[in-house]
Amino acid sequence: MKPLVAAAAPIIPTFGGGAKAFACERANRLFCWNWFSENWSSILWPALRQHVVLCLIAIAFGLAISTALALAAYRHRWVERPVIVVTAILYTIPSLALFELLEPLPGFGLSRTTAEVALVSYTLLILFRNTLTGLREVPEDVRDAAAGMGMSPRQMLARVELPLALPAIIAGLRIATVTVIALATVASLIDDQGLGVPILTAISNDVFKTELISAGALAVLLALFADGLLVLVQRLLTPWARARIP
Amino acid sequence: MNRLHTARPEGPSAYPQAAELELRHVQKRYPGQREPAIPDLSLKVEAGEVCVLVGPSGSGKTTAMRLINRMIPLSGGDILLGGRSVLDRKPVELRREIGYVIQQIGLFPHLTVRENIATVPKLLGWDSQRTAARVTELLELIGMDPAEVGPRYPSQLSGGQRQRVGVARALAADPPLMLMDEPFGAIDPINRAHLQDEFLRLQARVRKTVVFVTHDIDEAIKMGDRIAILRQGGRLAQYATPAELLTDPIDEFVAEFVGRDRALKRLGLSTLADVKLLSLNGAEPSDNRVAVTATVRDALSAVLAAGGAPLTVVGGEGGDQVLGVVTLELLGGLLGDGGLPDPEATPETAPESSA
Repeated sequence: MKPLVAAAAPIIPTFGGGAKAFACERANRLFCWNWFSENWSSILWPALRQHVVLCLIAIAFGLAISTALALAAYRHRWVERPVIVVTAILYTIPSLALFELLEPLPGFGLSRTTAEVALVSYTLLILFRNTLTGLREVPEDVRDAAAGMGMSPRQMLARVELPLALPAIIAGLRIATVTVIALATVASLIDDQGLGVPILTAISNDVFKTELISAGALAVLLALFADGLLVLVQRLLTPWARARIP
Repeated sequence: MNRLHTARPEGPSAYPQAAELELRHVQKRYPGQREPAIPDLSLKVEAGEVCVLVGPSGSGKTTAMRLINRMIPLSGGDILLGGRSVLDRKPVELRREIGYVIQQIGLFPHLTVRENIATVPKLLGWDSQRTAARVTELLELIGMDPAEVGPRYPSQLSGGQRQRVGVARALAADPPLMLMDEPFGAIDPINRAHLQDEFLRLQARVRKTVVFVTHDIDEAIKMGDRIAILRQGGRLAQYATPAELLTDPIDEFVAEFVGRDRALKRLGLSTLADVKLLSLNGAEPSDNRVAVTATVRDALSAVLAAGGAPLTVVGGEGGDQVLGVVTLELLGGLLGDGGLPDPEATPETAPESSA
């Protein structure tokens, strides 16, 4: 079997040795501020940026594919079951196994594509289900009124159904985004990108706590930030959902 | 009212002329069902009239209404709106010309009151200035403050307000025909009476051709210029004015449907203004008073409540001029045939549906 750990650097401990090492680094304490600030611009910040790009691409493709599938299932009920089955299977495959499964396929290998395909596949079930539920929960009377006033199916979708499904779609996006941000750390096994890289380095280096904790904490903070951003977007896009009797 | 803002600029008034509606041997069958929902329905609604379709559930009244704007496809026969077959029109375009109000109203929860009312004008491609002016005009027409209510969302309105907005939205592009499916069905009785009165006042101004569906015969009598009573299986039992239905029901089913109290309901169609009152003859007017605008039915109820004592009828300017007296004997005498003038001139009876 090929070695899974593609991103790991040669095992040269970054702590304990070298005259330049900080005291807290040598001691491998829980968190070494000196190491953190010293390596922010060279290791952590680039990793964070790569992580964001990795996740954005996955979410964008995931949203596009699942929305198309949800619209198809909304119009043709029979589409729902096969899509659910396939995306549920994709969702339940352990991420490591999925990377391993994709890697030998032609055109995949240890590449960005492999990482993204895996990440996208994890978003599909959540986004598809939420979007479809959102569309189906548009009240029947609202649809009847829209048709009765002379909206074409396309106009109804754009002006009534999608706007009303927006809260459900964004709820799905929030879950999918947080999932992808977490999973993308594992994706660095395949592609040398993102916050997974410093985490893997730290693990392979006999667990350098500061690097592990900084990269992990950045992933958590990124997830919280993205989630908050999506809440804000929803508030801006759906003012009607919060309207109360004045 | 601004005369520029009409759906059809060629209309002679602020509202274009209402259109005549004719159902010709309309038939609806659903695949897989042996009995047609509507076997053969023919009726004509004059322009500017309110035609109420009333009947028990399963009588096909809502189906008949939805055939008109092609929300349900016709299986046979034809429907003419203003002399043109609805089958010659694209459904989407046809519907934009027909006002549509349903029981649950179906306001768009994500759009403000203004945006809701502007729906059809937007679909028709009106410019924003014309649309805005029309929306303001309609909000005023339904007695709502455009500045206050306009920016609200439907969730911020009461049931009655939502219903009014629903009617305003249906009127937005000045349709020559309005379809209303139990529009007041979900409103509590007190507000329903208000909304009915308000709609009648509105209708007196806009004079639309209206097809109004209800299962409530009292509402039908109150709202309709003409009532089509449908029986189970989508057959027309009688098509006549309210007065005719009450005095001369065509058969046992209609008599049963209009109710055993139809004599009393008949009294509800006339007001004391239609009655030849007794004069006071110099006697002291009693303290039991009734307004001349009250229906004869309400006056009878008031006499009974007063233990059969005569009532003083008041009215005129200020509403306190003594006009005469009503007694139990006088009102009782009206219950017989010919006691009251027919509020509608010549009632017509639709022939029993042949199918």
